[in-house]
Amino acid sequence: MAETCELFDCGHRACGGCGAALVSRLILKATGKDVIVVSATGCMEVFSTPYPETAWKVPWIHSLFENNSAVASGIEAALKKQGRKEKVVAIGGDGSTFDIGMLCLSGAFERGHDFTYICYDNEAYMNTGIQRSGATPYDASTTTSPAGKCSIGNSRPKKDLPQILAAHGAPYVATASIAYPSDVVKKIEKAINTPGPCYVQIHAPCCTGWGFEGEKTLAIGKLAIETGLWVNYEMEDGVVTRVKKVVRKPVETYLKEQKRFRHLFKPKVNAEEIAKIQAIADKNAEKYGTDLKLKSKPDPVVP
Amino acid sequence: MSTIQFMQGNIACAEGALAAGCNFFGGYPITPSTEVAEHMAVKLPKQNGTFIQMEDEIASMASIIGASWTGARAMTATSGPGFSLMMENIGYAVMTETPCVIVNIQRGGPSTGQPTMAAAGDMMQCRFGSHGDYSIIALCPSSVQEMYELTVKAFNLADRFRVPVFLMADEIIGHMRERIIIPDKVEHTARRPLESGVLPFHPEKDLVPGFPGFGKGFGVHVTGLTHDERGYPCATNPKLHEQLVMRLCNKIENARKEIADYVVTNPEAETVFVTYGVPARSVEQVLHDTGSKNIGHLRLKMVWPFPEHAIAEFPNATRFIIPELNLGQIAREFDRHTRVPVIQVPKLGGDLHLPAELKKLTGVGI
Repeated sequence: MAETCELFDCGHRACGGCGAALVSRLILKATGKDVIVVSATGCMEVFSTPYPETAWKVPWIHSLFENNSAVASGIEAALKKQGRKEKVVAIGGDGSTFDIGMLCLSGAFERGHDFTYICYDNEAYMNTGIQRSGATPYDASTTTSPAGKCSIGNSRPKKDLPQILAAHGAPYVATASIAYPSDVVKKIEKAINTPGPCYVQIHAPCCTGWGFEGEKTLAIGKLAIETGLWVNYEMEDGVVTRVKKVVRKPVETYLKEQKRFRHLFKPKVNAEEIAKIQAIADKNAEKYGTDLKLKSKPDPVVP
Repeated sequence: MSTIQFMQGNIACAEGALAAGCNFFGGYPITPSTEVAEHMAVKLPKQNGTFIQMEDEIASMASIIGASWTGARAMTATSGPGFSLMMENIGYAVMTETPCVIVNIQRGGPSTGQPTMAAAGDMMQCRFGSHGDYSIIALCPSSVQEMYELTVKAFNLADRFRVPVFLMADEIIGHMRERIIIPDKVEHTARRPLESGVLPFHPEKDLVPGFPGFGKGFGVHVTGLTHDERGYPCATNPKLHEQLVMRLCNKIENARKEIADYVVTNPEAETVFVTYGVPARSVEQVLHDTGSKNIGHLRLKMVWPFPEHAIAEFPNATRFIIPELNLGQIAREFDRHTRVPVIQVPKLGGDLHLPAELKKLTGVGI
């Protein structure tokens, strides 16, 4: 085996520029080898385990689509009885996490299992060919929220899942983006070393589903943060303790780079809808205090 | 004027639903059925219908039950794992006599199995998958044309019998593209309304009660618990439970002959193939290649209720050969209705039966 390869091995079959592939790699970088991974159905499951191979050099189990938290619950509870110390990490995409797996996720967090749930959020069902999910942003066009004469795309805002899980009493909830890899690793390390159920939601741009060139994955991820449409923050015991601050750019800079928002610019600019998306970014900035104020005295930053 | 088109099976299914007046689709993406949902997502809003992507298949099935009670013609589409998740709600739809259509584009199982490969492994699950005793109707298309026609039929049967009707297709038929004739209009059997003064679950002669629906002034009470003709729960009365379950079964079983849908080729034959779904295509090729009148074909377009009387269409049969994309689910059902030897030709993995391998079994022209 090549020396350069990591615990998440090279040679998987993700698209060039896949954000989720980077998530897998960073997860195992953070956990090390003493981990048991529970992977829900989705792109990551499929591209990392092409017959007859696997990219996972740690114990790995594919659950079904809706149940990775429940399988992880069983593993964690049984390990605890045996006095074993391996970490348990459940991974799901946004479809499995926000929608079909929500029931099991809520149950596991309420029971307080000591495991970490990581959602790679590429904002739609990519494995089945780009259908909307509860994480799909407002106005994004997908195959089940197609933009056209009768539709502006996905008509609902993204579900605020981190807040829902924090409301379960989770000791540590964080959002991250693959645009900032070392931050991802730091947050996963913190999650797995915090007793109790922890949640990390990682923004993982999908070049195929969102419609941009694979070499731009990190740049798109960065723009999401720089426009305020994605906020990187940490919550400890339900309180926001750290926020990534930015000098915000207008949302168009992010939207116009992606085919899923193309209908907002062609055949003519839909200023009304873009203003609504700008309002979402403004609200995020206000809620989390992301705006970096350059000239005035800096806000007291929580250590 | 009918039009001729070149179309994918899943799209033909969605088009058939639209032609049948389907105005509610609740679904969840799953390979190899997703195209049905995607097509409905594009088309339904334009026809003033409702497309909802639900959070899973449990919710999808539940949503069409809710929609149906408002009078909507409601459907969902799924495959293996999603079908399994629907089972509790399917039993609920049977018990509450809720008309609805469930499309299952079958893939290899069990579990996640083979998402992109064809199978017919859910034939017994659609018949018996929910708990308790009950009967349902299941249709099996073996062409893109039949994806369209049998979807239309499924809606009419669902409304007539107040029962979930299944379109049990497979990945090959669902994803195959071929010529299809779209008729300019299709048959439409309206749901029989409940007459005023009649209790909401009081059956007519055919054992099917008229449909009360919400908001029609009937004070409808819908429950999955054992209920009387008012719809009120009465879960500890043995006689009532027996009567209700027998009626739910018999309203379908009594209509077995009347609604049966099958195609007979070469009824004088001694060797007879029995098929449903995609294996019919391979058998048709065998019949074409050999030109033998001594090879018959019983092609079932409706598998449940099982048309056991169709066996008598082949009085000279000395053997029935049944190729299936499972380990003999319908061959076993067939076997218990005849003394003529039944030869199972099971196939797993997603490949079709080759005409050559089936031809070999006939002993003709080797």
